[in-house]
Amino acid sequence: MNPRNVGEIPDADGVGTVGNPVCGDLMTVYIKVKDNRLEDVKFKTFGCGAAIATSSMITELAKGKTIEEALKITRSDVADSLGGLPPIKMHCSNLAADALHAAIKDYLEKKEANK
Amino acid sequence: MDHAAGMPVDPRVFEAMKPYFTENYGNPSSSYSFGASARNALMESREKVARLIGAEKSEEVIFTSGGTESNNLAIKGVAYRNKKKGNHIITTTIEHISVINICKHLQKQGFEVTYIPVDKQGMVDPEKLRDKITDQTILISVMYANGEIGTIQPIREIGKIAHENQVYFHVDAVAAAGKVPINVEEENMDLLSISSNDMYGPRGVGALYVKKGARIQPVTQGGGQERGLRSGTENIPGIVGMGKAAEIAQGEMVAEGRRLSQLRDKLVKGVLDKIERSYLNGHPTKRLPNNANLRFSYIEGESLILGLDMLGIQVSSGSACTSKTLEPSHVLLAIGLAHEEAHGSLVFTMGKQNSEEDVDYVLEVLPGVVKRLRAMSPLTPKEMLR
Repeated sequence: MNPRNVGEIPDADGVGTVGNPVCGDLMTVYIKVKDNRLEDVKFKTFGCGAAIATSSMITELAKGKTIEEALKITRSDVADSLGGLPPIKMHCSNLAADALHAAIKDYLEKKEANK
Repeated sequence: MDHAAGMPVDPRVFEAMKPYFTENYGNPSSSYSFGASARNALMESREKVARLIGAEKSEEVIFTSGGTESNNLAIKGVAYRNKKKGNHIITTTIEHISVINICKHLQKQGFEVTYIPVDKQGMVDPEKLRDKITDQTILISVMYANGEIGTIQPIREIGKIAHENQVYFHVDAVAAAGKVPINVEEENMDLLSISSNDMYGPRGVGALYVKKGARIQPVTQGGGQERGLRSGTENIPGIVGMGKAAEIAQGEMVAEGRRLSQLRDKLVKGVLDKIERSYLNGHPTKRLPNNANLRFSYIEGESLILGLDMLGIQVSSGSACTSKTLEPSHVLLAIGLAHEEAHGSLVFTMGKQNSEEDVDYVLEVLPGVVKRLRAMSPLTPKEMLR
């Protein structure tokens, strides 16, 4: 179990948090954006093995992509990249995709606000 | 260290069972002499189990297919037979899921069930239970000890209260039998469930103690075996295995109990000392000798299990991610833990295969696994990450 991209980005351009500890899954994704690309992506997760794997995988999939490409990443992309997930764990991959999209949304809203 | 999930059959038990598969395969109900050996084996096994639990008469022991079936027979058996007397059952919020689901099933059929809450350490208060008894109460069912958090219940007092009120008292002793001394007579029980695989016997066999005079309705109809209470050709190899397991458990209980509690205490003390924000779930002293249920703030159980599994250590957890229903353990919620606390728990259930080296190894590697997961978790406060 060697997840990539664990950590925070203190001066992140966008931060997205989904899930909640009551359900047993909480994910936070941090993004740094340059020239419309995701220059850096990091994550923190409270959750099971699948939660950690899917959040790590999504940071790998998203890094270097444009905002538009990153928004298109779905839960199946995450599950497929991991070689498939048992059905009971698919909701974890959903959460990972949601966390990334929430971070992007946060970045876009901040960008709007700064105009 | 997950003996609660599965224990190997003791080699002595396996040896005792072997002849009954291909050599002594007679049917105890057969009149000819070949059935006699099976009949004797059945009788001796019954006596061994009776001795383990302090039953006065061996015929008070009925063999079943396991703990779940014993619970079904006990609870439904009393409920259906005595429904003219009343329709109220009292049990607790920390019972095994089989008891909980049997009670829910009975509720759908018109029985009233009161689930007594427990305190923060998982202990039932006998007085709170007494308060709930009405003239409609026909059964009280409380587990001897909880297999998840280890807490041992005040069974003798509860039994006394049950009898003062003419209510049947059933005890699910699946987690406790063979580990701690049980005496159905002295502890005022009418029905007791035990299972073979929880004492190094084969799976698929269990027993229900039914005190002479207790009236229950059979759940499984058929040829009338087991005093008519549980029909079906007897699983002689399995029953022989259970008898042998009971005999061994009784002989080794004191020494093994002492050995396991020392290991358990070393593990618990080590974890609480070495790992910040770690806690013991369940009663600190009135607990099963082999059970250590520990929780760790800010991290989740399944990822802990995976981390430990990669280091060769097997444990269980009360977290939602490890359950079929994606719900956290009902036992941990019943003792008042918040969901996220329940998710961060690990259950170590040690047994014959565990030694002090195992405990030392766990104490050596567990802090690292916890630290790594805490570094990954958004819940960990910054001060802890330094």
